Amino acid sequence: MDLVRNLLGSTIGKKLLMAATGLVLIAFVTGHLVGNLQVFENPDRINGYAHFLQSLGPALWAVRVFLLACAAIHIWAGTVLALEDRKARGDEPYAVHKWIDAAVSSRYMRWTGFVVLAFILYHIAQFTVGAAQPATFKENIGHYTMTSDYRVMGLTVVRAGTEVLDVRSMVILGFRRRVVALFYMVAVGLLSLHLLHGADSLFQTLGVRSHRWERGLKAVVAVFCAAYFLGNLAIPCAALLGYLH
Amino acid sequence: MSQLESRIPPGALAEKWSRHKSGIRLVNPANKRKYEVIVVGAGLAGASASASLSELGYAVSCFVFHDSPRRAHSIAAQGGINAAKNYQNDGDSVYRLFYDTAKGGDFRSREANVYRLAEVSAQIIDQCVAQGVPFAREYGGLLANRSFGGAQVSRTFYARGQTGQQLLLGAYSALSRAAVSGGVRLHTHAEMLDLVVVGGHAKGIVVRNLLTGEVTRHAADAVVLATGGYGNVFNLSTYARGSNATAIWRAYKRGACFANPCFTQIHPTCIPVTGDYQSKLTLMSESLRNDGRIWVPRNRDDRLKPPASIPEVERDYYLERIYPSFGNLCPRDVASRAAKRVCDEGRGVGESGLGVYLDFSDAIGRLGEAGVRERYGNLFDIYHEITNEDAYKVPMRIFPAAHYAMGGLWVDYNLMSNVPGLFVLGEANFSDHGANRLGASALMQGLADGYFILPYTIGDYLATLKPGSRPPADGPEFMQAADGVATVTKRLLSVRGRQPVSHFHKRLGHILWQHCGMARNREGLGKALQEIPALREEFWANGLVPGTGDSLNQSLERAVRVADFLELGELMCRDALAREESCGCHFREEHQYPDGECKRDDENFAHVAAWEYAGEGTAPVRNAEPLAYETVKMSVRNYK
Amino acid sequence: MTSKTFNVILRVWRQAGPGREGRFVEYPARGVNPDMSFLEMLDVVNDEIAARGEEPIAFSHDCREGICGTCSLVINGKPHGPNHGVASCQTYMRSFKDGDRIVVEPFRARPFPVIKDLVTDRSAFDAIQQAGGFITARTGSAPEANSVPVPKEVAELAMDAAQCIGCGACVAACKNASAMLFVAAKVSHLGLLPQGQPERDRRVLAMVATMDGLGFGGCTNQYECSAACPKLISHDFIARMNRDYAKALFHSAFRPAAAGGAGA
Repeated sequence: MDLVRNLLGSTIGKKLLMAATGLVLIAFVTGHLVGNLQVFENPDRINGYAHFLQSLGPALWAVRVFLLACAAIHIWAGTVLALEDRKARGDEPYAVHKWIDAAVSSRYMRWTGFVVLAFILYHIAQFTVGAAQPATFKENIGHYTMTSDYRVMGLTVVRAGTEVLDVRSMVILGFRRRVVALFYMVAVGLLSLHLLHGADSLFQTLGVRSHRWERGLKAVVAVFCAAYFLGNLAIPCAALLGYLH
Repeated sequence: MSQLESRIPPGALAEKWSRHKSGIRLVNPANKRKYEVIVVGAGLAGASASASLSELGYAVSCFVFHDSPRRAHSIAAQGGINAAKNYQNDGDSVYRLFYDTAKGGDFRSREANVYRLAEVSAQIIDQCVAQGVPFAREYGGLLANRSFGGAQVSRTFYARGQTGQQLLLGAYSALSRAAVSGGVRLHTHAEMLDLVVVGGHAKGIVVRNLLTGEVTRHAADAVVLATGGYGNVFNLSTYARGSNATAIWRAYKRGACFANPCFTQIHPTCIPVTGDYQSKLTLMSESLRNDGRIWVPRNRDDRLKPPASIPEVERDYYLERIYPSFGNLCPRDVASRAAKRVCDEGRGVGESGLGVYLDFSDAIGRLGEAGVRERYGNLFDIYHEITNEDAYKVPMRIFPAAHYAMGGLWVDYNLMSNVPGLFVLGEANFSDHGANRLGASALMQGLADGYFILPYTIGDYLATLKPGSRPPADGPEFMQAADGVATVTKRLLSVRGRQPVSHFHKRLGHILWQHCGMARNREGLGKALQEIPALREEFWANGLVPGTGDSLNQSLERAVRVADFLELGELMCRDALAREESCGCHFREEHQYPDGECKRDDENFAHVAAWEYAGEGTAPVRNAEPLAYETVKMSVRNYK
Repeated sequence: MTSKTFNVILRVWRQAGPGREGRFVEYPARGVNPDMSFLEMLDVVNDEIAARGEEPIAFSHDCREGICGTCSLVINGKPHGPNHGVASCQTYMRSFKDGDRIVVEPFRARPFPVIKDLVTDRSAFDAIQQAGGFITARTGSAPEANSVPVPKEVAELAMDAAQCIGCGACVAACKNASAMLFVAAKVSHLGLLPQGQPERDRRVLAMVATMDGLGFGGCTNQYECSAACPKLISHDFIARMNRDYAKALFHSAFRPAAAGGAGA
């Protein structure tokens, strides 16, 4: 079919795929952060939230597969484009090259992308699969008894008194290791940098960006990325500095 | 001596073209693809002709020396294109456009051709708009116009200061469409170096590939030259560096008559020369004269003072003073000569003394800086880049420079030269502009010839040929022409003298500017006729062309072109000397009114001088085609 | 106007022919006048080189007024030199100072192979144009020009795009050697105008396919192209083309097939 052939075959098609999957992934990491920030509240919040997500069963898996597919498409398209781009440049490099206008964040997308990928793999290994730090993973941490109901949009999804996994402790204990916390902080920094170009860039690729609001868009994206970075920084910092028990 | 038959159709002026179109021979649609047509050049005329001929079904091959057809110098035309649309409701008509153009040419063009040009002008605008040329518009979405020199109506269509670019891109897009559909075979980096004539008819060309040096022969049923003008003969001009006369000059040497070679336009508003290294003069569009006022100090002692310090009463707005009704918008030849005159009086501004002010302070007062920027912003930017001066603050300095060639190969009403089968379009021919071209009419002519005239008239010739009757490209005439091309190249490379080609081009330009430029006289022309042959001899004895002939060699390209300019320059002077009158751009100091205006001699010189090559070392023959003005009365041009 | 002359040293890429080994060669340029254009300075250096019996530096140029798009130098790492919004031919020596070392290279991109020295083959642009950069309007078939009004804003925007001089600086400046700005300018110029609507989808699909096929890279939205463009064509047109492309894909996927067939 023409549509699929063009989407997968053309440069713009692949860029459109990157932009669309990038948008999904931005939505995901944003939601993920908002959920995680519940760690700063009563333990009922984050533990109830985790239990709720786990209880979704097949729906959770559907979301996971979708997100993994988006990530895979994003990475596949990015890699193919990068290889094509390198080939297009030719064998003889410029003896002198000066950047004119390109934003710093845009110059290192492939490197930040790589680190982010490594981070995601580690992150999943750490908190989802439990391979990275088995000592602090869920099987090895205690259970927690909910002291109040956990509600989503007014609906009670986890009742008080339910035995749930103590995810909060898992997170805090995980970040007590300085190397892990440091890697995490560097990685979210690079992820934020990746988003700084990516979140702005996807508007261009999807064809909804114009000089008229270029500056406004850049400002909104910058504020978003800064907030995202600080939000993510807060959890390991708090764990390290002992604000979270 | 050649018989010059203009083939002007009979009948009333306004009916000639339509009657002619209905009467000329046609080629059967199924047979058209059997006719091979070669088009040389892809500027406005060449690209539009190639595209239109291929749409009709002819097999077209288009040859350009550039790397892409889109680079042709039509692209640099700034101001606009005239058309008798009367959108402004200011009384314009085909007749008025015709009359202005004929009068602007000082009655030295062919009346019927000019009328036809005015007649098809409106169709050109339709065609260009349909192609997507983004002409300036009014808020209501309809087309806008501006005024140009030599007219009292507003009939010029424009696309900012880049009208030529947009029209050329339109024609180039039509050519691109034809190239992909297979109707036109495009040959780039291909310079035509000879015309092949078989049995008295043009049957092909010899081409040198500029990247490989390979010389190839191409046969056709008709050859169309749309190779532009020869103003680069002056070295310093507003032409592109690559613009040249080689194609038409080689055709001349194969028998095509060269008409009015001394009619070269010197454009009044160019940025003055700054130094000997200079390679190019940059035009500031004539449209600037809509709002800019031209002046010099009254007193020659003021010429180096800052212009702002010269009070109003001490300024001489000489065009407004001498030509009150046309003022700053008088025709180019008139404005150029007036500038020369005030500079000769020692009132020229700038260090060289060769410059006049083009002042926008009044316009800025009236429209505001933003208003002026909207109209002319890109021109002010160009001026700033070149001179490092801000024309919003200080007046521009301008001076005339060689800009256009009204002369060119002689053609009949069908645009066919006296060599049957050789057609010549656009600036390369002579027919429409007489002794002076008005602004915004070169674009009009190039597109008229290519879109709306040649596609009809070429059929009249091709219909006389049997399909498939063209000779093979390895016939004796082709081989001989190809050998000649190779010999010239070899000879140029073998001189290995001391002086680079640029040196000879500069000297030739200097001689012509001095003696065959804005003012000419018998003595000067006589001198030039001695100096040019001597310079030519020196070129062939002491010219330095480095490198080889089998790869890209820009020195060799230029040497080939300069060698032809060195011959053409002589013909220009010969023509200027023979024309014992003043008309349009051709100002013979011996023939002027007491107020310094041109004194035409209609009794003896109301004709086209068509020069015929008579062989190496023999003086060319001057043929005359009388110019019969059936409708218009030749009058003394008056812009006062 | 009279300004002191000065000297610079040029480091110029010399390459005898396509596919041949190239190298940098240094040439002094003495007595440079600040009012000279960069190309005029090269003319003078070339005459000196020729006088020594060597082959002059080949470089592309023609109109020397910034409109033909022929000139194509990378000067000190920037296509068309240090100034914003001008072509190489409009770069004047007043932008440099005594003692400068100036590195001059050709535009580099796989689809623009070097022909000789600083001259590259940019015929790929013609191929893209031929793929669809036109409005099919047979000579003689055009309706009266004022029969289709075009809002002034639209005409002006189309003109902004149409100004492209086809020099290839956008490709040269892009780290991916992407031709997106060039193609976007063409697609937007014609796609904005009412006359260009019938072929709008076909045009963008065909031109992008040809661009990709010729080996140009993709766009990573860094906007080096518009920063290097001598006509300052905006990368807004790239966004516009992306949108047009997506729409055209969508249209092509859901358009019912016409029965077609030859007429009587």
